[in-house]
Amino acid sequence: MTIENVTDTLREHPFLQGFRPDHIDKLAAMASEVRFGKNELIFHEGDESSFFYLLLSGSVALEVPTPGRTVRVATLGHGEELGWSSILPSTHVKQFQARSLEEVRALGFDGERLRHACEEDYSFGYALLRAVLQVVASRLQATRIQLLDIYSPVSSKA
Amino acid sequence: MAVIEAEQERGLANAMVPALGRVAQVKKETSDTFTLAVEPASAEPLAGFQPGQFSMLYVFGAGELPISISGDPQERSRLVYTVRSVGKLTQLLVSRKPGDVIGVRGPYGTHWPLKAARGKDVLIVAGGIGLAPLRPAIYHILRHRADYGRLIVLYGARSPRDLIYRRQIEEWARLPDAQVLATVDYGGVAWHGHVGVVTGLFRYVRLQPFHTVALICGPEIMMRYVIWELETRGLQPGDLHISLERNMKCGIGFCGHCQYGPNFLCKDGPIFPYHEIRSWFGKYEL
Ligand SMILES: Cc1cc2nc3c(=O)[nH]c(=O)nc-3n(C[C@H](O)[C@H](O)[C@H](O)COP(=O)(O)OP(=O)(O)OC[C@H]3O[C@@H](n4cnc5c(N)ncnc54)[C@H](O)[C@@H]3O)c2cc1C
Ligand code: FES
Repeated sequence: MTIENVTDTLREHPFLQGFRPDHIDKLAAMASEVRFGKNELIFHEGDESSFFYLLLSGSVALEVPTPGRTVRVATLGHGEELGWSSILPSTHVKQFQARSLEEVRALGFDGERLRHACEEDYSFGYALLRAVLQVVASRLQATRIQLLDIYSPVSSKA
Repeated sequence: MAVIEAEQERGLANAMVPALGRVAQVKKETSDTFTLAVEPASAEPLAGFQPGQFSMLYVFGAGELPISISGDPQERSRLVYTVRSVGKLTQLLVSRKPGDVIGVRGPYGTHWPLKAARGKDVLIVAGGIGLAPLRPAIYHILRHRADYGRLIVLYGARSPRDLIYRRQIEEWARLPDAQVLATVDYGGVAWHGHVGVVTGLFRYVRLQPFHTVALICGPEIMMRYVIWELETRGLQPGDLHISLERNMKCGIGFCGHCQYGPNFLCKDGPIFPYHEIRSWFGKYEL
């Protein structure tokens, strides 16, 4: 992908809606296109957070391996991000493993470089962290709904 | 006056007499949910129904309960019900065997607004057993495909093992003119579909406000989240239709058991346009 293509792709990506053109350019300069084959582990639980991905196609499952079985707790697809914790300080480790369910194309960003860019340019840092916070908030909301067990038949007044 | 009252009482008594139905088939959907096909057990045919309506099913010697009709409205020879065993009566109902006779009253209640939805996209959102009363609407739309715009079906269940009509969902998903997505709260590695709450599926669909009618059925808490999400996406409250559940006794607007605000759910519902009931929706003391 040429840098122009990367810029265009980033501009269209739902995660970056509302980003200023100079912020998009900054991200484009740090992006590299990555592909994962079907059923590949993109990262393991316990890995030090390193890469942040914007998914372009395919889908990824977040899994928790438990003794005897592996539980899928979320799937992510086109237009979403993967690995937001890589933007946090490097002491942070992955709490899930991520597996490609089909061939996946993404733009990958080195977490440390992103953190650096945030420190150097606070307005870029604010835009990125605001977008990440939105993702974290909606995942938190989804987790709460999952905890409510909304399909159980006790919600009606009997 | 006395004559009119006697007439009314006779009418009511007749309305409370169930027709006899013979269980023709019982199919296991999940560990606690079964689909029963019921045929007339006497010369009298079972009445036809509109998608979304329910019957009062009588387990003789035990009691009566409301169950939505989940089969094809075009199929006249039998009525189909999908029942999740949650207590005494549902447990007795799902343990009926082919040949057993049950009582059938109805069909009762309002139906999905399939006439008003003509020419529009139809979005169906179901959670758990909530797909049962929506399945007749899907049959209808697929049979009259040219009358409707896009058909979008979003279905959520707790785990892959809790999905009902699984094979049929896979068949619908292969149709070129329907978008059918199922999601589970959690799954094992054998599940290759979506994982996450049903509202998470909205990011995969393009909704056209003012041109989409949404038919929603599932536990109330799920419907609340779905409605929030749809209103955020610009759908109008009058285009959102939901099916509600409350305990019922008579099923015909007589006993007051199913009162919901100023409505009786058995006769004014169970399906309502959201704007008509939004002030009561989510108030569980009602
Ligand atoms: C219009 C309408 C259509 C319905 N359609 C269907 C259907 O297609 N399939 C189906 O399986 N059920 C359906 N129901 C629900 C069904 O009628 C009840 O589950 C049933 O009456 C429970 O009776 P029971 O004796 O088995 O349980 P009870 O002994 O009365 O209750 C056992 C447990 O189930 C809970 N419970 C009771 N009623 C309900 C309810 N309505 N919803 C959720 N939890 C409940 C109680 O809180 C209790 O915890 C419908 C209800 C209505 C009002
Ligand atoms: S159940 Fe009797 S009025 Fe509705």
